[in-house]
Amino acid sequence: MKSVMNASLKSFLKSAAGALLGFFIGLIICKLAGESPIKVLKVLYQSSFGTGYDFGMTLFYTAPLILTGLAVAIPFKAGLFNIGAEGQLTIGALAAAWAGVLGAHLQSPAIAIGFAFILSFLAGGVWGAIPGYLKAKRGSHEVITTIMLNFIAAGATAYFTLYSIKDPDSSQAETIPIPPVFHLKPFQIFNGAPMGELILVLIGIVLLLHFILWNSVWGYELKAIGENERAAETYGISKQKVWLSSMFVAGGIAGLVGVVEVLGNAHRFKIGFSADYGFVGIAVALVARGNILGILPSAFLFGILQKGAGSLDLETDKVTRDLSYIIQGLIILGVASEGIWDSLKLIRRKKNA
Amino acid sequence: MKSNSISSLRFGTVGFASVLILSVLASVPAFAELKIGLVLERSGKDDKSFNASAYQGVKRAEKELGVTTKTVEAPDNSAYESLQRAFAEKKFDLIIAVGFHQLEAVKKNAARFPDQKFLLVDEDAKAPNVRSVMFEEHEGSYLVGALAALHAKGGKIGFIGGMDVPLIRRFEMGYVAGAKKINPKAEVFSNYLGVTGEAWNNPPKAKELALDQYTRGAEVIFVAAGNSGLGVFDAAAEKQKLAIGVDSNQNWIKPGFILSSMLKRVDESVFDSIKMFKDGKFTTGLIRYGVKSKGVDYALDENNAKLVTAADKKTLEELRADIIKGKIKVPDYYLVQKRK
Repeated sequence: MKSVMNASLKSFLKSAAGALLGFFIGLIICKLAGESPIKVLKVLYQSSFGTGYDFGMTLFYTAPLILTGLAVAIPFKAGLFNIGAEGQLTIGALAAAWAGVLGAHLQSPAIAIGFAFILSFLAGGVWGAIPGYLKAKRGSHEVITTIMLNFIAAGATAYFTLYSIKDPDSSQAETIPIPPVFHLKPFQIFNGAPMGELILVLIGIVLLLHFILWNSVWGYELKAIGENERAAETYGISKQKVWLSSMFVAGGIAGLVGVVEVLGNAHRFKIGFSADYGFVGIAVALVARGNILGILPSAFLFGILQKGAGSLDLETDKVTRDLSYIIQGLIILGVASEGIWDSLKLIRRKKNA
Repeated sequence: MKSNSISSLRFGTVGFASVLILSVLASVPAFAELKIGLVLERSGKDDKSFNASAYQGVKRAEKELGVTTKTVEAPDNSAYESLQRAFAEKKFDLIIAVGFHQLEAVKKNAARFPDQKFLLVDEDAKAPNVRSVMFEEHEGSYLVGALAALHAKGGKIGFIGGMDVPLIRRFEMGYVAGAKKINPKAEVFSNYLGVTGEAWNNPPKAKELALDQYTRGAEVIFVAAGNSGLGVFDAAAEKQKLAIGVDSNQNWIKPGFILSSMLKRVDESVFDSIKMFKDGKFTTGLIRYGVKSKGVDYALDENNAKLVTAADKKTLEELRADIIKGKIKVPDYYLVQKRK
């Protein structure tokens, strides 16, 4: 256990160093563009921690990234690459809006919110389970099927939004608003930013998943298949079961983005609401190196950069929102360039020798 | 060494004083000048169409009216509220929000900052401190529909929409009605590029759809699909047929093959509003820009002078007059859909 802890701490430090390196290069680019790096840092700090509202908005951007980060990291443990979080969260969000239609008669907030929670999870889960099933039964590669299902999800949700539960009083592509009993209350301290107890629930989900992965049979089987498929199969673990279940759980968790957006923020489903959360989730999982607990700081970092993108446009003259995306890209590169550490080690060894 | 430090001290004092003077100078006009904050949609000021038009309006105001402006492009659809709010907290005089995506954000901020004035383009915020500007796209589309029918001897024309949303359906419905007014037997082919935001940015697919419509006999195609329209113009040049552009004047893109463009004068509406604000004549509430105020119109310039004949112009102006008089009721998709 101790060695596991040490290894994950080491991997966390490596990630952090890589992220810092990427960030630093980003600041050099600011300097080249003629903007003071100090000012950019200040703007990013102010935009994410400046006021209660700013911090609330940063958490609002962080929340979906926690979920999509998990949705990528869990199947990754089983050796699957889930590119379909975007589609899974879109389906989950539509389901949350639909829960408002189906549960229009509900009186108790707890039941209503619980109902929407379960429906989003199931809808996203089923959407995630489709590529899991295809992989298990037909051997179709999950990268292909999840990407294709993203397009199908976009088309299907657009159809239902425009033709089944469209808001007749709106000229926009959005569904009927959900009844107030479904609304999640934001914290007062966030002064209007749409985030409340939900963020604690999400942190709870991360901790729970971490616990399950390290302390349950399912978690063991998942990791065993991911580490060495043939050995695990010889041992009697069914890879079909693992693939199907891990994709179901991943899809379900991505689907919960619907709760964040529909119950917490817009109170309805809007076509194109997602700021590419599903794809940024891949980067979040990558920077966390697939470590479940690492998802939290990693998602928060990307939340800061997403929130800061608009502020960079607003507060500086020389750089725009695009700088934020450049920094995001550099951080990913910094973390992914694992080779640096090995070559550093090599240099040190040579020196010692 | 000593003289060095003295001179640097002196320079320091001079520098400090000049900074003081400069800052005083800078702050004087800042008090007098109006500060205008512009919040654009995700597609940003280079979308060659809707947002670009708003940006031009603001830049024109900067030049002609001497106002200070700051433009931000939203990184995602959840950012509108915080960007508008930042402008309000910085005490900008007027905040301009462009695009229907910003409706909810403007509503919330208008309630939060009751003394702040807003301009919302393309939606109605129904708030006491917001001027909402909407365009009667169906009326302008009616005129270009009539123009298309006048140029289709075989009676077949086409429509290519971007994302399948009510707004674009509104263009289509007006266009079809205008064509049927000229030629009751007109046949209109209609295609949409898709149901995701990518539909606005897919010229190759638009080109394929246009080639298909031209092959089926369409002689003129009206395209309302943002950047994707470029593909339709390519197809028109390839097939030696005609196309009609949208939002901005796009006649220049393929001269000789673009019959006209259905103009949506976002720039005019933005400029007018800033001017009114400067003159103290700013009004709130819903303002509709239709064919009457030429807020929607068909484009005429040297690029299509040879295509649009004097007879065409006469017919279109008669139709315009009839719409203004109320003799022609152009069907409005928003209303038709609500009744369903």
